[in-house]
Amino acid sequence: MPRHRLRPLDLRHGFVELPQGSGGRATTQLIEELFGRHFHSPQLSTGHDAGTLPSVRGRLAVSTDCFVVSPLFFPGGCIGDLAVHGSLNDVAMAGAQPLALTVGFVLEEGFPLADLDRIAEAMAKACARAGVPIVSGDTKVVERGKADGVFVCTTCVGSIPDGVHISPEHARPSDVILVSGPVGDHGVAILSQREGVAFDCDVISDSAALHTLVSAMVETEPDLHVLRDPTRGGVAAALNEIATQAQVGMRLQESAIPVRSAVRAACELLGLDPLHLACEGRLLAICRAESAQRVLTTMNAHPLGAQAAIIGEVTSDPQFFVEMQTPYGGRRILDWPAGEQLPRIC
Amino acid sequence: MHLGDDFRDPERAERLLSVLTRRLMPGRTYRLMEFCGGHTHALCQSGLLDRLPEPVQMIHGPGCPVCVLPIGRLQQAIDLATERQVILCSYGDMLRVPGRGRQSLLLARSVGADVRVVYGTAEALTVARKHPERQVVFLAVGFETTTPMTAAAVQQAKAEGLRNFSVLCNHVLTPAALRGLLATASDQVLVDGFIGPGHVSTLIGSAAFAPLVREYGKPIVITGFEPIDLLAAVLHLVEQLNGDRAELQNDFARAVTSEGSRRAQALVAEVMELRESFEWRGLGHIPNSALRLRPEYVEFDAEQRFSLSTPQIPDHRACRCPEVLRGGCRPTDCSVFGTACTPDTPLGSCMVSPEGACAAYYLHGRSRLSVLPHAPTPPTSA
Repeated sequence: MPRHRLRPLDLRHGFVELPQGSGGRATTQLIEELFGRHFHSPQLSTGHDAGTLPSVRGRLAVSTDCFVVSPLFFPGGCIGDLAVHGSLNDVAMAGAQPLALTVGFVLEEGFPLADLDRIAEAMAKACARAGVPIVSGDTKVVERGKADGVFVCTTCVGSIPDGVHISPEHARPSDVILVSGPVGDHGVAILSQREGVAFDCDVISDSAALHTLVSAMVETEPDLHVLRDPTRGGVAAALNEIATQAQVGMRLQESAIPVRSAVRAACELLGLDPLHLACEGRLLAICRAESAQRVLTTMNAHPLGAQAAIIGEVTSDPQFFVEMQTPYGGRRILDWPAGEQLPRIC
Repeated sequence: MHLGDDFRDPERAERLLSVLTRRLMPGRTYRLMEFCGGHTHALCQSGLLDRLPEPVQMIHGPGCPVCVLPIGRLQQAIDLATERQVILCSYGDMLRVPGRGRQSLLLARSVGADVRVVYGTAEALTVARKHPERQVVFLAVGFETTTPMTAAAVQQAKAEGLRNFSVLCNHVLTPAALRGLLATASDQVLVDGFIGPGHVSTLIGSAAFAPLVREYGKPIVITGFEPIDLLAAVLHLVEQLNGDRAELQNDFARAVTSEGSRRAQALVAEVMELRESFEWRGLGHIPNSALRLRPEYVEFDAEQRFSLSTPQIPDHRACRCPEVLRGGCRPTDCSVFGTACTPDTPLGSCMVSPEGACAAYYLHGRSRLSVLPHAPTPPTSA
């Protein structure tokens, strides 16, 4: 249906302009000529603001997440696929299978359309890989200087299989704690690109959708107690949150926690703790000790869990400490990260 | 394989610990100070403090540049950012340090001051080039390790004729601080021997500590930051003390030479000169213990450019940072430690930088672990 109105968008050299957020023709043009190239779903093609979903059995899980990462493009991904994986994973951590995503963009006037096109393409590819459609979206444009290129918000809805009740407060003393792979990759990948810190390293972000790994784990052990993706604040924050929510302590074996040597080296250089760095494609799992080995075997058989490991156990501790046994037989507390260690990593 | 792996081998650590235990003389206590905050951090992080035999007592020294900067000098930077509207570039560690009445650079930034975190002086120069219409001040803090970078930036700014760039120079000198500690605090704090700083020594050379060993008769063993480095240094200090020896020993020969980096020393000497006296938090005024820009570079000296005076601001009443810095008390002896003063709400500087003794104690939970019974070794993965 050709509509004669505006010059086609210049997706190679053009820039985001204020009218493209005004709701007028320019907005429609941006949606059709840029987002429309990549995002396809029956819901989007109806042109309704609301995407409708078929009814599902069982409970629903919904999660929303905002992404303000800097830089927008980093080794192993960009803000686009990160935004897709982030919300998918949040839903997956409830044991749910994701059904659909919505996405909101806040664009800064003057942002290159070519970059926006790359971001949309990365989102579409991430959705296709995950088998989850985008069913609704929104775009706003703000004046130059009022945002940093592009911010992305995504919401994911998923359904939880019957009999699955994963929740942080289910962690029990003597439960076993597992991690799905080496930690800190995303944080280091982002840092290696930061202006002023940039360094050569071969670490790429671990950004990935974890729902297929979760579904394999849930099949092996429907009574998984807790799942958590250690994003902001890393493993340290995630485990401290769970310990507080479940009112338990934890004891980790430091040498059992997988950390790539390049990540460790970068952390030493920058004075950071890999356990405080964000992961975007890893999960922590807590399950009964009896099923830990089975869960580990299942994780190891999945590409995203090949390097999964048992890293410790839940203890009973009235003060909810996460304690680590160091390789030298000493102990230390793994505390919440303090201050702004790494702003805008996701 | 990582160079450090050899120096992290837990089995080697066990062997060293058992040798150390055998070497201890019955009834004798060994009071050893690790000068450098990096060593304090490493001792806490590795959990080695738990493993040292009881007669070996580690006293945590003042070697944390963030911690020894007096509040008044930090306040100069805060005032520059808020009242003079400069772009204030700083290392991230400084941002949360409380100044006058709990002000901080972070707080200043949140109410509109232009404060930027940089990871190096080159970045501060870039900011100055990008904003020729604004004054850009780099808050230079640190021991000898960061001084050459500041000197290089000043030289570069002069070469480029960068008129809007200046440096608030607070670089301090390790041997002078050690001297200050030995001269003024020895009656309050009895230290038998010192673990000497590793990184600083790569720059200034191990020989810089020789006069101190001679004058004060206390052994100094310079070492690196890995668990094996630290254990070996403790062992060597114990051996020296057992033999009534006081020698300078360089256990960090893989990085430290006797004379250090001549090139870095020449660069610093070209741009900076000694201050007659400088105030250190916790240690008071120490002669010849800090650097300022030479008259040839005066136009890049923020103190001169903005005619700054140094306000005298007392420490928070309850804060015992000054004593902690002298090794006069442990972080946990302070009544606000872990309650009013935490890494999220620091009252004193030792709680801000991870190299500060208080932050190292808090972050690695030493105070809190002490309330727990010693746990058995947990099961590990296959």
